[in-house]
Amino acid sequence: MKDFIIPDRDFGTPAAKSKAMVTLTIDGFDVTVPEGTSIMRAAAELGISVPKLCATDSLDAFGSCRLCLVEIEGRNGTPASCTTPVAPGIKVHTQNAKLKQLRRGVMELYISDHPLDCLTCAANGDCELQDMAGAVGLRDVRYEKGENHFEVRNTSGEKNPNWLPKDESNPYFAYDPAKCIVCSRCVRACEEIQGTFALTIEGRGFDSRVSFGAKTDTALTSDCVSCGACVQACPTGTLQEKSVIDIGTPDRSVITTCAYCGVGCSFKAEMRGDELVRMTPYKHGKANRGHSCVKGRFAYGYASHKDRILSPMIRDSINDPWKEVSWPEAMEFASNRMKGIIAKHGRQSVGVITSSRCTNEEAYLVQKLTRAVFQNNNTDTCARVCHSPTGYGLGQTFGTSAGTQDFDSVEQTDVVILIGANPTDGHPVFASRLKKRLRQGAKLIVIDPRRIDLVDTAHIKAAHHLPLTPGTNVAVVTAIAHVIVTEGLFDEAFIRDRCDWDEFQDYAEFVSDPRHSPEATQFLTGVKADELRAAARLYAKGGNGAIYYGLGVTEHSQGSTTVIGIANLAMLTGNIGRPGVGVNPLRGQNNVQGSCDMGSFPHELPGYRHVKNDQVREVFESLWGVKIDNEPGLRIPNMLDAAVEGTFKGLYCQGEDILQSDPDTKHVAAGLAAMDCVIVHDLFLNETANYAHVFFPGSSFLEKDGTFTNAERRINRVRKVMAPRQGYADWEVTQLFAQAMGADWHYTHPSQIMDEIAMLTPSFAGVSYERLEELGSVQWPCNEKAPEGTPLMHIDGFVRGKGKFIVTEYVATDEKTGPRFPLLLTTGRILSQYNVGAQTRRTENVVWHAEDVLEIHPHDAELRGVRDGQFVKLSSRSGETSLRAKITDRVSPGVVYTTFHHPTTQANVITTDFSDWATNCPEYKVTAVQVSPSNGPTEWQEEYAAQAEASRRILAAE
Amino acid sequence: MSADAHEKLIYMANQISKFFESKPEAEGVAGIAAHINDFWEPRMRRHFFEVVDAGGAGLRPLVLAASAKIKRPVPETA
Ligand code: SF4
Ligand code: SF4
Ligand code: SF4
Ligand code: FES
Repeated sequence: MKDFIIPDRDFGTPAAKSKAMVTLTIDGFDVTVPEGTSIMRAAAELGISVPKLCATDSLDAFGSCRLCLVEIEGRNGTPASCTTPVAPGIKVHTQNAKLKQLRRGVMELYISDHPLDCLTCAANGDCELQDMAGAVGLRDVRYEKGENHFEVRNTSGEKNPNWLPKDESNPYFAYDPAKCIVCSRCVRACEEIQGTFALTIEGRGFDSRVSFGAKTDTALTSDCVSCGACVQACPTGTLQEKSVIDIGTPDRSVITTCAYCGVGCSFKAEMRGDELVRMTPYKHGKANRGHSCVKGRFAYGYASHKDRILSPMIRDSINDPWKEVSWPEAMEFASNRMKGIIAKHGRQSVGVITSSRCTNEEAYLVQKLTRAVFQNNNTDTCARVCHSPTGYGLGQTFGTSAGTQDFDSVEQTDVVILIGANPTDGHPVFASRLKKRLRQGAKLIVIDPRRIDLVDTAHIKAAHHLPLTPGTNVAVVTAIAHVIVTEGLFDEAFIRDRCDWDEFQDYAEFVSDPRHSPEATQFLTGVKADELRAAARLYAKGGNGAIYYGLGVTEHSQGSTTVIGIANLAMLTGNIGRPGVGVNPLRGQNNVQGSCDMGSFPHELPGYRHVKNDQVREVFESLWGVKIDNEPGLRIPNMLDAAVEGTFKGLYCQGEDILQSDPDTKHVAAGLAAMDCVIVHDLFLNETANYAHVFFPGSSFLEKDGTFTNAERRINRVRKVMAPRQGYADWEVTQLFAQAMGADWHYTHPSQIMDEIAMLTPSFAGVSYERLEELGSVQWPCNEKAPEGTPLMHIDGFVRGKGKFIVTEYVATDEKTGPRFPLLLTTGRILSQYNVGAQTRRTENVVWHAEDVLEIHPHDAELRGVRDGQFVKLSSRSGETSLRAKITDRVSPGVVYTTFHHPTTQANVITTDFSDWATNCPEYKVTAVQVSPSNGPTEWQEEYAAQAEASRRILAAE
Repeated sequence: MSADAHEKLIYMANQISKFFESKPEAEGVAGIAAHINDFWEPRMRRHFFEVVDAGGAGLRPLVLAASAKIKRPVPETA
C-alpha cells in the first residue's frame, strides 16, 4: 500500500477551549472531551475518522458537504457531526447501513461533477476527495453525464459554458476551477486564518464558484497576498502548488524554521530525494500555529538560484577579478592576510560581524572567533541597526532586553497599541493572528506616520490612528503618559507593589508638567490632542493592553528613549506579567533575537553580560583557555571610522550586507575600501562583497542544522534537509577559518556548540538539542527554575527586582527640514520582499515588487510637478538617488516613504549618520529630503552600478 | 587625530548628555560616565580625552562634569 508521508492528523474541527468536560459514547466507546467539542472531533480523539470534506481542524465547522452524517440514539435524522456539539451521555453511531448509503449518495453527486483523471492529477495520492471516495466505498456513479464544470467541450464539440480556464497568474500556485467541489475551505481559510478576504463564493447552487474578488480579477491582481492558507486548506487539486505540479508529490518531510522574519514560523520541508518539493506550515509550530506567509511558504527558490556562489574566491585587490580556489587555498589566503594584519597593526585591528540570518550556533562561533582567537571584543551585528535600543531600553526599565510575551498572548488582548510597525508587511503571520483577535472585538491604536494597512482593512478599523511627524515618538509616548497620570488612570496598586514608588513619583511629576500635555505637543507631533487623549484612556482602561512595536520606534536618534517610554506606559497601567499584555518588540530578521543573545555585541558576552564583569569573563576564560579583553570592542560604525583612520584593517563578515543595510552608504564604502582584508561569507556576491578580498560561499538554512530564536524568545530547530551545495555548513566554514588562525576547535555537530552555550549562559542552561526534540521549541530563560522555558516574563516581579520608571525628555533630532530639504523621508518594508532583498529578489516574489517606489502625498507631488509613476530625484544632505514616485494619501503632506529592498535604489545613500544616543542604532526613519522630477538614475547610481559590475567579475576557471 | 572624528565624538557625548540632563545632577553625572565606560571602546575614549584635555570645547557641561569618572584607556601594548 502507499507509503506516503504520514500527514498531521486532522481532527476535523478546532479544539474547544472549555474547562467543563462531557462524556459520551461513540460506536460503543466512551470518550470525555471539553464542552463545545464537535462529535466529529470527539470521534477523532477515539481514532474514529468520520468521512468529511468541508471540515478541517484549522477552520470553524461549516456543515456544507453532508458527508459527515451520524446517528444519535433518541434524536431524529442524521446530523452533521462537524457542526453538532457533544452532549452528556449521548450515544452516537458513525457507521451503519443508512449512513453508508447516504454518504455514497453524497459522494456520487460530487464525483459526477469531477474529472476522473486522477492518475495525471498533481494531487494524486494527496487528495481528500479520492480518500473519501475510497472511505465510503464508492464503486460506481449512476448519474448520466450531464451538465458539469469540468469538460471543455461536450461530446458534440460545443463549448461548455460552465467550464472555466485555469488561473495560473500566481507564480506559486494554480487554481483549476474544473476540480473544485465548492467546499469553501479556501474562502474560510482566507478569512479566518489569513484575514485577507480575497476569495468569495460567487453564485448559488450549481452555479457557485470560487472567485478572487471581482470577475475580472486573477489571483495575481486580486487582494490575495499569496500566503498559501487556501492552498493548504483545499482538499482537492484545485488549488495546488506549482512545484508539486512540476515535480510530483513529496515522499518525506523534515520540520524546520523559516529563515525570513522574526515570527519564526515552523515548516515542514517536504522532499523527494534531495529535491525540495514544497514548504508547508507546520500545524504544531507554536509561533505560527499552521499559518505562513508568501516568503516562508514559497520564496525559497533563492537557495538554488544561478547567482549563488558555490566556490570560495580570493583576490589581491578589490580592483582585480575574483579567482575561484579550493577551500584550503581560501583558508590559507584569508588566515595569512589576517595574521599579517594582526602582526603589523595589533590584535585590535581586526574584527567580525555576526549575522541575524544565521543560526545561534553560527553567531556564537563568530563572536568566539574574535574574542578567543583574535583576542579582542570587536564583534557587532546588524541587529544594531534595528533593535539595539530595545536591549538598552527594556534592560534599564525591566532588567532584561527580552520581549515579555509569546505570540499566543495576543489571543487575550483587548487593546493593542502598534507603534512604528507594519506587521501585515513585516511580520505577516503575527499580523494574521492579530487581525483575528481584532475581528473578535479587540481595539487597535496605530501610532505611525503612514496609514498602514491595519488602520483600515477588511473587517478591521483602528479605533485611533495617530499619524505623528517622523521623529516625535518620545513626545507622543510621553503625552500618553501625561494623560494617564493627570487623569488618574494609572494602576496604583501595581506600581506600589511592583515598581519603585519614589521613582514613580519623580516620573509622575515629570510627565504631569503641562508642557508634556497633548495640547502642548500637538503642533510638534502633528497628533490631535483629543485623539491622543482618547487613545490613552482606551489603553489605560480598556482591559488587557499590549504594546507591539517595530523599527519605527528604534531607528531614531531617540530610539532607546522611546523604548523606555513604552516600558513606562506598560508599568503605569499594570500591563505586564500576564497573558494578553506586555511590551513586544517585533524583530526584523529571523534571528535578531538569537544573534543578540549569543554575545554579538562588543560589550556583552553571550547572555547579555558585560565584558567588564570579572566573574563572567572567568567562566569563559577557563573554558576557552584564553584571556578575554575587559574593554568593550568596536561597533560597526566605529570599525568603519577606525578603518578610515587607518587603525582597523581586517573584517570577517558573515551573512550580512553592511554596504546595503547600514546607513550612509558612502561612509561604509570608504571604510571597507580602507581595509586590507575583508572576508565576506554569504550566499551571493552581495554589495559588501564588492569591497571584499575573500569570499566564503555560504549555505542556506535548508543545508544545515542549528537553531533560530524568534521575537518571542522561542528557540526553534533548523534542520538540515539537504547537503550544503558548496560543501560546508556555515558553522563549519567559521571553524575551518578559526583552525587556520590557529584555534583548536573540533565541533562535529552544532548540538555541541549549543551544549557549550548552555554551559556558559545561565538563561540557556536547560537548552539542548534533546530538550528541543522533546518539546518542539522552548522560550528562554530555560534552566533549572524553568525547565520548560518561559512564555511570559516578569510574572511575579521584574527581572531587575523593582520596575524602574525613567523620565523621557523629548529631544528633537538634529535632522531637520529646511528650505533645501523640506520633506521628511521615512523607510519601511513590504510583504513580498525581505530586508536588503538578496534572497527575495532571487525568487518569483519580484512579481509583487519589482522596484522600490517613493510614496508621496498628492499635495506635495503637485507642488513639485511630480506625476504618478514618474522617475524622481530624492536628495538629502548625504546624497541623492532616483526612483519612481507613487502618489498616495497614505502618507501625510510633508512626509515621503520608501522601502529599501533593491540595491539600485540605494535608499541609504540618502540616510544620514545620525543615530540613537544610547546604542548608535542608525536613524533610518527620519531624513530631511527634497523630491524633484528626473529622467532616470543619478550619477552616483551609475557609478555605483559600474563599480559593482567590475568588482563582480570572476575569472573563468583554468 | 582628525577634527572630524573629534566632532563626531563630541556630538555623541552631548547626545548622551541630553538624555541624562533631565535627571538630578549627581545621577546624570554617574549615568553619563557609566554609559561611556560601558559602551565606548578604548579608542573612542582616547579621542574623547584628547578633546577633554584640550579644554573640552564643544562638550556640554554635564559631560565635562562626568569626565572625571570616565575611565582613561590604558595605552595599547600588543
Ligand atoms: S493565498 Fe492567502 S491571501 Fe491569497 S487567496 Fe489564498 S488564503 Fe487568501
Ligand atoms: S478551491 Fe478547493 S478549497 Fe476552495 S472550494 Fe474548491 S475544492 Fe474547496
Ligand atoms: S511570517 Fe516570517 S517566519 Fe513566518 S513564513 Fe513569513 S517570513 Fe517566514
Ligand atoms: S464535513 Fe461535516 S458537513 Fe462537511
